[in-house]
Amino acid sequence: MVKVLMKGNEVIAEAAVHAGCKYFFGYPITPQSELVAYMAKRLPEVGGLFLQAESEIAAINMVYGAAGTGVRVMTSSSSPGFSLKQEGISFLVGSELPAVICNIVRGGPGLGNIQPAQSDYFQVTKGGGHGDYHIPVLAPASLQEIVDLTQDAFDIADRYRTPVIIMGDGMLGQMMEPVEFYEAKPKEVPKKDWATTGTRGDGGPKIITSLELNAESLEKHNHHLQAKFKQIKENEVRFEAYETEDADYILVAFGTVARIAMNAIRKARQEGIKVGLIRPISLWPFPEKPFIDTRDKVKSYITVEMSAGQMIEDVRLAVNGHAPVDFFGRTGGVVPTQEEIYHKIISVAGGVEV
Amino acid sequence: MEKRVVFNEEICKSCSLCINVCPTNVIFLADYLNGKGYRPASVIEQEKCISCAKCAQICPDSVITVYRPEKKKVSV
Amino acid sequence: MITVYEKTKGLTDKPTHYCPGCTHGIIHRIVGEVLAEMDILEDTIGVASVGCSVLSYEYFNCDMTQAAHGRAPAVATGIKRVLPDRFVFTYQGDGDLASIGMSEVIHAAARGEKITVIFVNNAIYGMTGGQMAPTTLIGQKTVTSPEGRNPNIQGMPIRISEMISTLDGAAYIERVSTHDVPHIAKVKKAIRKAFETQKKGIGFSLIEVLSTCPTNWGIDPIESLEWMKNNMIPAYPLGVYKNIGERE
Repeated sequence: MVKVLMKGNEVIAEAAVHAGCKYFFGYPITPQSELVAYMAKRLPEVGGLFLQAESEIAAINMVYGAAGTGVRVMTSSSSPGFSLKQEGISFLVGSELPAVICNIVRGGPGLGNIQPAQSDYFQVTKGGGHGDYHIPVLAPASLQEIVDLTQDAFDIADRYRTPVIIMGDGMLGQMMEPVEFYEAKPKEVPKKDWATTGTRGDGGPKIITSLELNAESLEKHNHHLQAKFKQIKENEVRFEAYETEDADYILVAFGTVARIAMNAIRKARQEGIKVGLIRPISLWPFPEKPFIDTRDKVKSYITVEMSAGQMIEDVRLAVNGHAPVDFFGRTGGVVPTQEEIYHKIISVAGGVEV
Repeated sequence: MEKRVVFNEEICKSCSLCINVCPTNVIFLADYLNGKGYRPASVIEQEKCISCAKCAQICPDSVITVYRPEKKKVSV
Repeated sequence: MITVYEKTKGLTDKPTHYCPGCTHGIIHRIVGEVLAEMDILEDTIGVASVGCSVLSYEYFNCDMTQAAHGRAPAVATGIKRVLPDRFVFTYQGDGDLASIGMSEVIHAAARGEKITVIFVNNAIYGMTGGQMAPTTLIGQKTVTSPEGRNPNIQGMPIRISEMISTLDGAAYIERVSTHDVPHIAKVKKAIRKAFETQKKGIGFSLIEVLSTCPTNWGIDPIESLEWMKNNMIPAYPLGVYKNIGERE
């Protein structure tokens, strides 16, 4: 296959089409609007359908309807719009409907701005809507990784009958890099005999609902969902560990921030400071193993985020007090520089200010 | 006398809409209770029923089934 | 004996939870009969909304899906766009459609979605215990308009059929009532026409059905029909508000 130079937002859209997604319901919001525009042009070419909804609320509910017919369906938005989708997402979880939802995070809270951020971490990993639930969240750091993770997102959604979130940030969405697409064969996908397509030829009426007025029955349903989350935790964790075996200090970062952190790590290594990186790729289920493997050797972790510190809580849970966990972050859409991260390493390492 | 109007008594909620529209006023609430504690609608004078089915059309709970005799000479 | 009238197979055998005399039951029966008579029960997907009719997915004898409050037209859009040859309808009350879901129904109509909306207008929120709805009449007492709806405070009622009929995507809009048997027959004619409109792919259809709420109006079922006729019909005139027939 040939490499193509594309913008991140458009890579997500094309990757979805390659994953067999034929339906997309969206709404304009910077910094993800190119994804919507690309789908509007591209889906008709593959016999699919793009529809712009009147709001993000309407869009997620159109996804709910389409998902109920058993097709691969997607929507995307950015922070404020993503907040509007939370009730719909909780309904998708309760009704066990597969769908892929992309959040290109921007500066917040409130209207915020359109610069890149990671400050929706809590919302995507701790469940932004009501009720007990978790949603698999995949956080690509490069445009090529978008291609892989988008395919995974649709497979996970169908395999477990769950919505899946792809979390990027404004930078990832707007930057251009060469990428290679491939016709991935979807892994074994369970038959969707629960889909509401009309009963002609397939027996009695099917009902898709998340309503259960009887408490014991709803609890039973919750146990079923929790068992699903446990299964996802066992099978769908993704992360990358870089030079952590001998590391005295380990940076923890995801998405584009991890790439910036890499430069700081290389510089520190040249100065003789042994620094490594743990990069969660699945934000939920959060990767605990790389911390368990290193928490008794390392002097300190430093989580680096484009937020006031959210993932740091999951890092602390995984480290479980075995080692200190420090933090460096920029908010408001400010992107941390490698020098800032490097100086943080130096200060934590207590070394000479170079 | 075969029944011209049959009530599924367990489902009736005594709302009496049928009683209100019956042109021959033969429907009344029975003096016993169904499983839900409602007095079901009932007809005794089946012969007075003209099978117009107005009762069935206004019943919110599909309680009523209406029949009419085969086409045979009606004694004057 | 010849059967003149029996329960339609368009409804399941499950008894409804509706209050005694609530005309939701009549409207359910009519929708079920139309689906059965058009022989499209097996090709239909219904979208239940949130309100008294939230459990309607247990009563209609076809595939059903449960939408979030106010969002049924969007869910129906998603289904119909994926399955254009299936029949899709929503069944919504006035709180669901005219309050939280106003945006969804207007845009579904504006887009000319080939779905059918059954809009039950009883001028009150039933399931939650009698609150004011956008269609609550001036002066009508509810638990959230205890002194009677006052336009200076709670604004004016909204006439959905007239409003939606101004949208070019709307193909068939009619308001009907369930206050007596002859009018109930008209409800069936209207709902049948709406599904025929969908069948011909002409565009968006909505039937507004005036309905009673004995429990929250605090009036017995028979008098509720009278109250509806004398109070709601003047505020919500019956009639066909849009009928654009076949497009050339």
